[in-house]
Amino acid sequence: MKWLRVLSHPILDNNPVTLQILGICSALAVTTSLTTAATMAVALTLVLMASSVIISTIRRHIPSSIRLIVQITLIASLVVVADEIIQAYAFPISQRLSIFVGLIVTNCLVLGRAEAFAMHNPPGPAALDALGNGLGYSLILLIVAFLRELFGAGTLFGWPVLPVATDGSGFTPLKFMLLAPSAFFILGLLIWALRSVRQGQIEPPDFKIAPDTEERRP
Amino acid sequence: MIDLFLRSVFADNLALSFFLGICTFLAVSKRLSTAAGLGIALIVVQTITVPLNFLIFEYLLRADTWAALGLAGMDLTFLKLIAFIAVIAAMVQILELVLDRYLPALYRTLGIYLPLITVNCAILGGSLFMVENKYTFSESLVFGFGSGVGWALAIVALAALRERLNYADIPAGLRGLGMAFIVTGLLSMGFTAFAEIGP
Repeated sequence: MKWLRVLSHPILDNNPVTLQILGICSALAVTTSLTTAATMAVALTLVLMASSVIISTIRRHIPSSIRLIVQITLIASLVVVADEIIQAYAFPISQRLSIFVGLIVTNCLVLGRAEAFAMHNPPGPAALDALGNGLGYSLILLIVAFLRELFGAGTLFGWPVLPVATDGSGFTPLKFMLLAPSAFFILGLLIWALRSVRQGQIEPPDFKIAPDTEERRP
Repeated sequence: MIDLFLRSVFADNLALSFFLGICTFLAVSKRLSTAAGLGIALIVVQTITVPLNFLIFEYLLRADTWAALGLAGMDLTFLKLIAFIAVIAAMVQILELVLDRYLPALYRTLGIYLPLITVNCAILGGSLFMVENKYTFSESLVFGFGSGVGWALAIVALAALRERLNYADIPAGLRGLGMAFIVTGLLSMGFTAFAEIGP
């Protein structure tokens, strides 16, 4: 039961993207289509799990003064493998993902989980935590990509879903959805929606604005 | 050259068009002064690491650079990720030592932001873009400086806006991160417009 919680906790209650502010860079950049988003989600989840398990296995042997360098080197090696695999078996997708597979190295999500969880826990829970965080990340990625591809191009996974207007009737793709700003808006609104449901995630205000004191003036 | 500089500052802004370094971008943009410090640190590191990584990639990793030693056909480009991240981490450490020794005032201003830059994807992304776009040495120097300036400009703008937003009455669910995203989106729209009017 406790293990199940480790797995499910990061998906909604402590989502890496919307609450921990981890791994946002790639979450926004690859979401113009579902294919790239799904590839990225799978790649990141696998890298995250592998790195968590390895780091948690050797956690007692890493000197704390050089732990960051050890972790980054490990993650970089795993990412190189993932990058080579994607290039070998899905070359067109790897062209569209451009540098973003490589950027998993500096994806704060991977390093963040390694540092925060894998360094202090045995491999089993570390793997579950990594899987949960990977799924939470994938969920947000797929939602954003779904909205952007559907309204930006009228397709899903490259298949036409909304008939695109060619002779005056039908759906006119919103080119704006494929540009950078729309990703920010969608994620912002998504956070709003999530926090309306989960009230506990609302951030406390930095300042309290004093109530209007006009009436109480002497 | 000027064209490339302007493009890397505005139209191809790392933070707002390519979403690089967004984690730090959102986390450190609550105060204008810290945002400015981080921005300066990023300009310095970016201007140094991109050309340096260019030299390493061009003369150590590219296919057939080792042909003279009888190792023709050896292609080490797959090592670029590890090489770049090591260069960046080492560079940041060296920069820290040098600044501490010769410019203690600047060192204190940058504080903890310097080490944080190692894991900032804008830096690694800049180097990877340099490889992908096949820049020459002088181009990579301009690109490194320009993209650093662009990122700094964006984070200073966002921090200034967020300081003002403290006084706004925002719906509870949007407070903090949500509103930061929306504001970044609006900023990004502005920067996208630069692509249209570019030369």
